[in-house]
Amino acid sequence: MIPASFDYIAPTTVEEAMAALDEAGEDAKILAGGQSLLPVLRMRLADPRLVVDLGRVPELRGVRQEGDSLVIGSMTSHHEVLGDPLIREHAKLLALATRTVADPQVRHRGTFGGSLAHADPAGDLPAPALALEADMVIAGSSGRRVVPASEFFVDYFTTALQPNELLVEVRMPHWTGWGAHYEKFNRVAQAWSVVGVAAAVRTEGGAIAEARVGLTNMGPTPVRATGVEQALLGRPATSETIREAARHAAEGTSPTSDASADVDYREHLAEVLTGRALTTAAGA
Amino acid sequence: MTAIPTTPGTEPELGRARKRKEDARLITGSTRWTDNMALPGMLHLAVLRSPIAHARIASIDADEARRMSGVQAVLTGRDLADEQGSLPCAWPITEDMKSPQAPPMAVDEVHFAGEVVAVVAARSAAEARDALDAIDVDYEDLPVVLDMESALADDSPLVHSDLGTNRNATWTFDSAEAGTGGDVEQALADAEVRVERTFRQQRLIPAFMEPRSVVVDPTGEQFTMWSATQVPHILRTMLAMTLGVPEQKIRVIAPDVGGGFGGKLQVTPEEVITFLLARRLGRPVKWTESRSETMVSAHHGRDQVQKLALSARRDGTVTGLKVELLADMGAYLRLVSPGVPILGALMFNSIYKFPAYHFTCTNVFTNKTPTDAYRGAGRPEATFAIERMMDELAAELDMDPLELRRKNWIGRDEFPFTTIAGLTYDSGDYEAATDRALELFGYRQLREEQARRREQGDTVQLGIGVSTFTEMCGLAPSRVLGSLSYGAGGWEHAQIRVLPTGKVEVVTGVSPHGQGHVTAWSQIVAERLGVPFDDVEVLHGDTQSSPRGLDTYGSRSLAVGGVAAVHAADKVIEKAKTIAAHLLECSEDDLEFSGGRFGVRGTDQGTGLADVALAAFAAHDLPEGIEPNLDAEASFDPENFSFPHGTHLCATEVDTETGAVRIRSYVCVDDVGTVVNPLIVEGQVHGGLAQGIAQALYEEAVHDEDGTLTTATFADYLVPSAADLPEFTTDRTETRATSNPLGVKGVGEAGTIASTPAVVNAVVDALRPLGVDDVEMPCSPQRVWRAITGTRTSSDTAAEAGGGLGSMDTGGGFAAGSQGGSR
Ligand SMILES: Cc1cc2nc3c(=O)[nH]c(=O)nc-3n(C[C@H](O)[C@H](O)[C@H](O)COP(=O)(O)OP(=O)(O)OC[C@H]3O[C@@H](n4cnc5c(N)ncnc54)[C@H](O)[C@@H]3O)c2cc1C
Repeated sequence: MIPASFDYIAPTTVEEAMAALDEAGEDAKILAGGQSLLPVLRMRLADPRLVVDLGRVPELRGVRQEGDSLVIGSMTSHHEVLGDPLIREHAKLLALATRTVADPQVRHRGTFGGSLAHADPAGDLPAPALALEADMVIAGSSGRRVVPASEFFVDYFTTALQPNELLVEVRMPHWTGWGAHYEKFNRVAQAWSVVGVAAAVRTEGGAIAEARVGLTNMGPTPVRATGVEQALLGRPATSETIREAARHAAEGTSPTSDASADVDYREHLAEVLTGRALTTAAGA
Repeated sequence: MTAIPTTPGTEPELGRARKRKEDARLITGSTRWTDNMALPGMLHLAVLRSPIAHARIASIDADEARRMSGVQAVLTGRDLADEQGSLPCAWPITEDMKSPQAPPMAVDEVHFAGEVVAVVAARSAAEARDALDAIDVDYEDLPVVLDMESALADDSPLVHSDLGTNRNATWTFDSAEAGTGGDVEQALADAEVRVERTFRQQRLIPAFMEPRSVVVDPTGEQFTMWSATQVPHILRTMLAMTLGVPEQKIRVIAPDVGGGFGGKLQVTPEEVITFLLARRLGRPVKWTESRSETMVSAHHGRDQVQKLALSARRDGTVTGLKVELLADMGAYLRLVSPGVPILGALMFNSIYKFPAYHFTCTNVFTNKTPTDAYRGAGRPEATFAIERMMDELAAELDMDPLELRRKNWIGRDEFPFTTIAGLTYDSGDYEAATDRALELFGYRQLREEQARRREQGDTVQLGIGVSTFTEMCGLAPSRVLGSLSYGAGGWEHAQIRVLPTGKVEVVTGVSPHGQGHVTAWSQIVAERLGVPFDDVEVLHGDTQSSPRGLDTYGSRSLAVGGVAAVHAADKVIEKAKTIAAHLLECSEDDLEFSGGRFGVRGTDQGTGLADVALAAFAAHDLPEGIEPNLDAEASFDPENFSFPHGTHLCATEVDTETGAVRIRSYVCVDDVGTVVNPLIVEGQVHGGLAQGIAQALYEEAVHDEDGTLTTATFADYLVPSAADLPEFTTDRTETRATSNPLGVKGVGEAGTIASTPAVVNAVVDALRPLGVDDVEMPCSPQRVWRAITGTRTSSDTAAEAGGGLGSMDTGGGFAAGSQGGSR
């Protein structure tokens, strides 16, 4: 499989990258880990004139703390996310979800930012980003702007990113001490989610003080299961409470049917998996 | 069989777990795949395929493509119409079988999505690919035929209007007519118990690792074709017959080939087209496919609807079996398409003593990719159906499924046994294999756990599946193939050359593509001739160096080709003996051959094979009338098939909330006769199990209502990896085949044939208390969940939800590199 021909540049700073994107306009594509973009190019689903490789921009890589925020560079690889002590401590859900992504080879190349920018409804990282109330820091020709995850994912494979914009980093609050679990349901081991549930729970004296639940592949974008979150508030962290709350999982979702699952089955899975994710996250 | 000579103190070669000679090269990829070939002046071919399942080609405009950079030629079916011939089908199963014309490149009409409509030859592969996008094909849609049952209705649109029907052929076997047994209708009428079921064998794609690739060099005295094929010899002969090129002007080489599973047992459109392009342009031409091309255009496998009725007495004795099949041929007949279900016809009775049997198969044309052999070819379908039926009968009778089988199988003292299908099973010991499997599996403990979980209403239920199987291997006795109207024989050939330094070359007519023949043949010949393993070189896969052979498929290589090598080795020894006796000045009768040495009985005198070889080479002092070499050739045509068998037991955990199936343990005890190399056997069993389990749980080629393959990438066509599979517990019993001097039976297909029903039986067994008595394959979580809840698939299948590549608008893979054209 051979892509259509394109020009290629590998800038070393965000400024250089922005300049190249500005010049090329709509005809440029950003290359991060390439794990989704390369198949798209090879299948000729896209034929950009210019590919801007972010692989040599050090400032986009790595995890750091800034005040109350955890900051993850968009070019941080899945592998780096998995091994990062700050993420393990303050955003465990993200590490747990990342562990279910693909295989070691793909995780070495694929990036956190690339996954979010790609916005595959079956991708495993948008739902945790949504649940963990991440903010996307976006660079454009007129400077930087911040878009919350709840507004970032717009539709199938569509985000708030404009063609000449670049996702610089992702900021999120500290979720220190929260129990977390990502419950992924897929057909073969190294595949995207049929349905996935990202759950984070803070318990206080055996009761659920706060909960965050994000759903993967229950619609064109990741969805917050707010009905579930509310049903849990202040309730004892038991399997009964959780099972009851999980009944709300499919509320407000708009899943579609595909070869692996029809709508009714997806809705059913959302409920079962939400129960399981919360049970593990809450240690119930 | 003559005793196998061994050198005292050394481990015998036969049965030794040697690591494979060829592995370092193959595993590191530093080897000769067809696509690695680069010849001076070579052009690259790219193929434009129809995105539409059935259409008239109104026009093709390739002017712009012809003007593009690097493009040397753009050809359509019309350009090749006079020279391309029709792709061969070597198995006319009935005299009145309907065969459509099968042009390598469509001329007026396309009959399946994926069919070749134009090709570009360019200086680089990239230029060739770019030019495809500039070819404009105007299609006029024709009605699409997809479902076999409606295809047979009187008012159905036709796949090939000139045939007047979508029925390819109907083939029947009836035990009463054949005189091998009783009348099934009578048995069904008199039955105390009847079980009737319909099973669907889903369509599968033989997902070989190396995509297909062809290089043709027309610049020599002969045309040389390198191809990633399983069948270089058949390909050469068929090319000659199809294209009218004198056979001696064609040389076919199958270099290292990365898997086939039947998928490369073919004469492909692309091989013929590449040949014609090279001939026309006078330059070497290469074609290598993308994975998406494989998925839509390489032949598919299985795709049958099986209707069965089993009659029995209340005590479990089966009295009759009736089988009615529909088999989907797809749009054309390929090399052995129509015969695939017939290979299963003789196997539905499996290891059992059924007294009455009737089999009918109707082959049907549809607007889909042609089907043909896929690992097991006919036999997995048969084994699946009968093993599912035996479990259903056991449930009906409330009998243990293994007890039911014991009641009906051929006892170890009853061999040789002539079955209701007319085959004579030479040997077997179903009791031994089953007893061993039960022991390894912990059958009783698992049944107890199952009962416990049922009682507690556990959300995860345990199921136990049984499959006792046999298969016919070692294809095949030529006279049997003749009686089944197959277009060729089933013999195999070998040559052994003893070099002046005593080293040995073995030339074999089989064509390995990952099985490890080089290692196994080295072991066989090293043992026979008493030479070191490393002194044996095995040559194969080139019609110039190994001129005679019928290639590799149907678990035939060892049982037929390996035996030919044994016969050739025996001839070498005979020849050498005459010279040795002359050199030692004794009578041949005084010589005994052991460990590579001729010794004079009762003395310490003797001479080694290497010395004899050197003497033969020097030829200074040879007996009268003896040629100056030790080389020998042998062809072997087996008397009978070989019949491996085994007992496979599978325990599955079924999550009744999600429908997910997990294989908890898998035990198989196979009897493949004598084992040449246990490591290779183990590898074949593991791979076979993986593919059989894949059919049970994962793989399915799906077409939408337009006939577009919607599973055209590996993101949608789910091939399981090691991470999805359990640890396998494997063991063997060893009953020698009596039909060949090695006692071998074949192992290439066993795991695939046996495992599918074991897994599905286990899934159904887990759910039986919930009222489930079947789950269609693949037993996906959704299907299992629907079986449990009794819900039906909702019609809302927009195929939009995400799934990585699968969720992008790939147009069913047609945007995948080489599909194109406009409506
Ligand atoms: C075999 C395989 C299995 C996989 N399995 C899974 C799985 O189970 N779960 C899962 O979630 N994912 C899976 N993936 C996808 C994987 O996680 C990808 O790495 C990810 O989706 C994209 O990340 P990337 O860095 O490779 O991005 P790329 O492929 O380089 O880019 C993806 C898209 O995002 C854009 N983009 C990238 N970075 C930026 C940026 N900084 N700013 C603006 N736009 C940008 C690109 O232009 C492109 O359109 C799998 C991939 C493969 C190949």
